[in-house]
Amino acid sequence: MGLPLMINNDDNNNNKVELSRVAVSDTHGEDSPYFAGWKAYDENPYDESHNPSGVIQMGLAENQVSFDLLESYLEKKNPEGSLWESKGSRGFRENALFQDYHGLKTFRQAMASFMEKIRGGKARFDPDRIVLTAGATAANELLTFILANPNDALLVPTPYYPGFDRDLRWRTGVRIVPIHCDSSNHFQITPEALETAYETARDANIRVRGVLITNPSNPLGATVQKKALEDLLDFCVRKNIHLVSDEIYSGSVFNASEFTSVAEIVENIDDVSVKERVHIVYSLSKDLGLPGFRVGTIYSYNDNVVRTARRMSSFTLVSSQTQHMLASMLSDEEFTEKYIRINRERLRRRYETIVEGLKKEGIECLKGNAGLFCWMNLGFLLNTNTKEGELELWDVILKELKLNISPGSSCHCSEFGWFRVCFANMSEKTLEIALKRIHEFMDRRRKVLNC
Amino acid sequence: MRLIVPLQGVVQGRGGLFVGSLIPCCLFYFLQLYLKRRRSPPPPDSDSTELPRTSSRSSLFTRGNSIGRVRVSSRASPLAKPPDSPYYIGLDRVKTDPYDRVTNRDGIIQLGLAESTLCFDLLQRWMSENLMDSLMMQSDVDGGFDVSSIAMYQPFEGLLEVRVAFADFMSRIMGGNVSFDPSNMVITAGGTPAVEVLAFCLADHGNAFLIPSPYYPGFDRDIKFRTGVELIPVHCRSSDNFTVTVSALEQALSQARKRGSKVSGILFSNPSNPVGNILSRETLHAILSFAQEKNIHVISDEIFAGSVYGDKEFVSMAEVAASGDFDKSRVHIIYGLSKDLSLPGFRTGVIYSFHEDVVSAAKKLMRFCSMPVPVQRILISLLSDTRFIEEYMAAHRQRIRDKHFLFVEGLKQLGIPCAESGGGLYCWVDMSSLLTSYSEKGELELFEKLLSVAKINATPGTACYCIEPGWFRCCFTALADEDIPVIMERIKLLAESSTS
Repeated sequence: MGLPLMINNDDNNNNKVELSRVAVSDTHGEDSPYFAGWKAYDENPYDESHNPSGVIQMGLAENQVSFDLLESYLEKKNPEGSLWESKGSRGFRENALFQDYHGLKTFRQAMASFMEKIRGGKARFDPDRIVLTAGATAANELLTFILANPNDALLVPTPYYPGFDRDLRWRTGVRIVPIHCDSSNHFQITPEALETAYETARDANIRVRGVLITNPSNPLGATVQKKALEDLLDFCVRKNIHLVSDEIYSGSVFNASEFTSVAEIVENIDDVSVKERVHIVYSLSKDLGLPGFRVGTIYSYNDNVVRTARRMSSFTLVSSQTQHMLASMLSDEEFTEKYIRINRERLRRRYETIVEGLKKEGIECLKGNAGLFCWMNLGFLLNTNTKEGELELWDVILKELKLNISPGSSCHCSEFGWFRVCFANMSEKTLEIALKRIHEFMDRRRKVLNC
Repeated sequence: MRLIVPLQGVVQGRGGLFVGSLIPCCLFYFLQLYLKRRRSPPPPDSDSTELPRTSSRSSLFTRGNSIGRVRVSSRASPLAKPPDSPYYIGLDRVKTDPYDRVTNRDGIIQLGLAESTLCFDLLQRWMSENLMDSLMMQSDVDGGFDVSSIAMYQPFEGLLEVRVAFADFMSRIMGGNVSFDPSNMVITAGGTPAVEVLAFCLADHGNAFLIPSPYYPGFDRDIKFRTGVELIPVHCRSSDNFTVTVSALEQALSQARKRGSKVSGILFSNPSNPVGNILSRETLHAILSFAQEKNIHVISDEIFAGSVYGDKEFVSMAEVAASGDFDKSRVHIIYGLSKDLSLPGFRTGVIYSFHEDVVSAAKKLMRFCSMPVPVQRILISLLSDTRFIEEYMAAHRQRIRDKHFLFVEGLKQLGIPCAESGGGLYCWVDMSSLLTSYSEKGELELFEKLLSVAKINATPGTACYCIEPGWFRCCFTALADEDIPVIMERIKLLAESSTS
């Protein structure tokens, strides 16, 4: 005989209105350590003058290093009037009413030209293949809706940006099957790893619809090699699946010659059935430091995808005001050339500062050449070579050093002890403080080990 | 059809055309069908055979047509086809030959888009005086412009200041008897994502919303596309001035249940679109009681709340929910500035919900459709300028009222009546006297004649799921006074040519 059931006679509870599976699911992933660290930061944020012992945010890939360039451009007095304002009443009227999902032609042309500049002119972009979305997050989700059905899968190389778990899966119902990469070859994608991932999906009766890569990689901070890209396209052709290349950090490659965009590879191919499986995602959030503007794009070589994405972009349009503001900025050749060049240089110097600072403490990073972060190896500090061991260390770093960094396990890394450390969302001074805290921690540790 | 290609070889064989082609065709077709069903993933694409690995890259990339065409999802396929609703067909046709009173007097006059340009002069003046300051309001230590105030990531649900500004604005334009809590509010990039996000939160794929018809054709796209949620029209009649009744809701719900459909909520617009009705407090109360009894959600799209010009006062569902004995958590409001403030291009939408889990989920979903920070800064300035807002809203209402009068009068002179309306940017016109046959077919014929002969784009009731033929939605708030006689003349000519 069991215990008597506790029957809840509260009418309200029995009559509680239902929500959808999407609303109650935790696929948004905000319970993972990736986001838990952000909460700790929100509660006790570092501030140079007001809160010097607060948590330094090194978990957010934001680019603040070139704000001064943006400011001076936006502030400058233009003979035709401010850049913000529409030209006269007709301009304003068009601006206020414009909600065409094709997007402003001048803005698309400006985006195409900017994307070409970043790739040093090695690939051409047709403005009519550009679909605008309110951020790259929306672009990735939209592409997933278009390329895959619920329960289909996209193959994604690990380690990957934790946000993908949410962006690619939450509303779409699509799965992610990881392509495991490891440090033995600097986490590059191999044909064997691709095949293994594909077989894994097939064995589980899951239909693979495409491969999604980030190039340069987040969290690795490194570009994908040209050969790896060619092998990847090869693989996608053979399996007859799509290839999505999220190139959101393409303008943040320290040395332009080290970046090969999938666009360059496709540029030399005439066969439509090969080209039309390739799609590129881009945004102004990282390279131009304007995440608040919500500007993303899908560039597709597939007419059907362009048409469909355009219609679906009604759910995530870029404000006419934003398009208007940025059209002139992005087509200003002088400004963009200068910005791209100086931004790259500053990011490179930041990267060198942090990597050298860490090296002095005996901490190695993956050799990186792009992005707003470095991929740091603290495997030697783990108590156990497990996920728990890694999270233990992460917790110590958060609570003792007051540094919010991102643990590799939240990026689905198959090796433990790796951490992503962002360095571009703070002043140089703050970066020095962060390095100082690490130095003190390692110092304490050395003393403990020596006695 | 790809199956035909390999059949060519078979058909070229001997035997009569019938025997030689049809039977092998059928056999081959059924064999493919059988194999298709038996095959497990990867895709049963007859062209995607595993090719031997080759070290020569160029040979693979120059293989021509022997590589299968890569496919898109079945979700995406309907989107790739051209639109079949007269709502969209009409909009597209206007683009091919748009009326301009100076340069193209014979063009198609747009009456199919609910937009207002009546108060642009006021808006333009405000923007020219305040835009710069509103964007560059934050300064850094040296007093210079601090770009980080508009460039950086901010909470996706919108800055607190913009939610406060919206809460205040909405309260004022909705009669002042209802207050909105900014923490129950989520700001979106337009009314379109607002509706979709709510649908994602309140219903599962395959569930349904009841929706009084005639309804705004855009809802078909906004709700159904990606969520897979169905819309079940609840037909309203001219005898009730197209106001929904509880008995109609009851009937629709029980029919849905018999069909095995799970109804998650009721969606309606107030002021209604396309009719322009203002729902009375009693009707709102009745709808909410019904929803409470059936334990379903209520979504009130109040995007035209500030565009009220009649004598009836507008009451928000939020006000009704807050009064009385209701479980508020089932009530959700949609708002935006596309209609009341004529800023559809800016992309400004609001989800307001009394259910904290819905607010929480919607906040997280905003990463896919949030309002850009610079636009938020502009709106904080604009909506907090209470003096301007008062002036603007008064002018907006007055000018709609005046235009409405002219338009409806013009139609009256032609013997064409309109439904009673007190809100929105359009009127609901009874053109049944011009129909050659009192049917959907007759209505679509009239729609085509209006487009091609009278050169007027008005949205036919069929596109809005209206059960009575002959009704058309005509939006008049982008017209100048001198356009109205032109329109009336064209309709008159059409009417005369129909009867002659």
